[in-house]
Amino acid sequence: MRIVGMKETISLIKKDSSVMIGGFLGCGSPDCIINEIVENEISGLTLVANDTAFPEMGVGKLIVNKCASKIVVSHIGTNPETQRQMIEGELEVELVPQGTLAERIRAGGVGLGGILTPTGVGTVVQDGKKVVTIDGKDYLMELPLRADFALVKAKKADYFGNLVFSLTARNFNPLMVLACDTVIVEVEEIVPVGSLSPDEIHIPGVFVHYIAVGGRLQ
Amino acid sequence: MIDPKERIARRIGRELSDGDLVNLGIGIPTLVSNYIPAGIRVFFQSENGIIGMGPLPEKGMENGDLTNAGGQCVTALPGSAIFDSAMSFSIIRGGHLDVTVLGGLQVDENGILANWMVPGRMVPGMGGAMDLVTGAKRVIVAMTHTSKGNPKIVKKCSLPITSNRRVDLIVTELAVIEPFPGGLMLKEKASDATVEEIQSLTEARLFVAEDLKDMV
Repeated sequence: MRIVGMKETISLIKKDSSVMIGGFLGCGSPDCIINEIVENEISGLTLVANDTAFPEMGVGKLIVNKCASKIVVSHIGTNPETQRQMIEGELEVELVPQGTLAERIRAGGVGLGGILTPTGVGTVVQDGKKVVTIDGKDYLMELPLRADFALVKAKKADYFGNLVFSLTARNFNPLMVLACDTVIVEVEEIVPVGSLSPDEIHIPGVFVHYIAVGGRLQ
Repeated sequence: MIDPKERIARRIGRELSDGDLVNLGIGIPTLVSNYIPAGIRVFFQSENGIIGMGPLPEKGMENGDLTNAGGQCVTALPGSAIFDSAMSFSIIRGGHLDVTVLGGLQVDENGILANWMVPGRMVPGMGGAMDLVTGAKRVIVAMTHTSKGNPKIVKKCSLPITSNRRVDLIVTELAVIEPFPGGLMLKEKASDATVEEIQSLTEARLFVAEDLKDMV
């Protein structure tokens, strides 16, 4: 694990990378890293996130500034620009039920070859997917998701990289840590090793590659 | 006369039981939290990862790390618990949620709900709706009976459906309707409407319960 400056986080991310970004309608997104991506005009990204937030907030800024060419999300209703780019054919959008998205990311991180879920059976989500019947009940086979980079927001880390999330800013963040080759975490503060109780730690530092301190926006 | 949306929310409040774990969707369903009957306590779950969500904070007391599934700042009641999105949907999909209340665009005579997109016009994405309808123990649809005069309770959904699971109850400002394997049963009607009026605003055929009551 290395502690890096906010600008250095971006030197790692290349054009056309696949990136998972934590957050739920902007709550718990790594806003400082997102701002760096926008400033550096990194484009062609494939984003995996819960939603595209609002035009001026969180993942929404990456859409407005044309950083993404494909997104895998559960909800785009709060960002009219996402819908516009989708309709104009500028942005490829894969809509995934939220619980299925969470489990596909989890599967990608924990070595599972996919999951079987009843969600989406008999709907348009079923199109092109294998249906598996177990004990008379139908399930969709949904495949794991992985990405090159996880961009995660945590409340604080210690100098070993152990992470603590805050309230509902946790959401997809811990799932993404395991599902990506390189894990970059934006924190509000770094605290001394030993000051966090082992019980308090949500994600062990062994999974974290880079930490940048962003402070607290808003 | 009480506002139609408030009437729907108030009626759904009476469906909740002490100790229920409840997820409320955006719109009319959110209003249900104002009509929890006296003497019972329910726990509100929100799919972004909390059980024990409280009311909106006073101005100036917002915490940006504590929001509901609509992105609004909320409060956490004493005894509340926070978890990640996988746990949140384990609760929802795994059958651990007692009641979900969702809005609806259409419900058909098989009790099938469509509530997540209008092709070519509105494509917000399904968010958590498909998991909620598929996994909750009870699914209650809260919606106005018609939209611009057009029936929303139809023979067959023309919009993309949310789940192939039959919902448990439909509550509108005019009626309480229970889908069953044979169709839709009108259980309660607004005191100021007749069965004929309600049927004329409903495309699907309604069976009328023998013990039809007035909505309270």
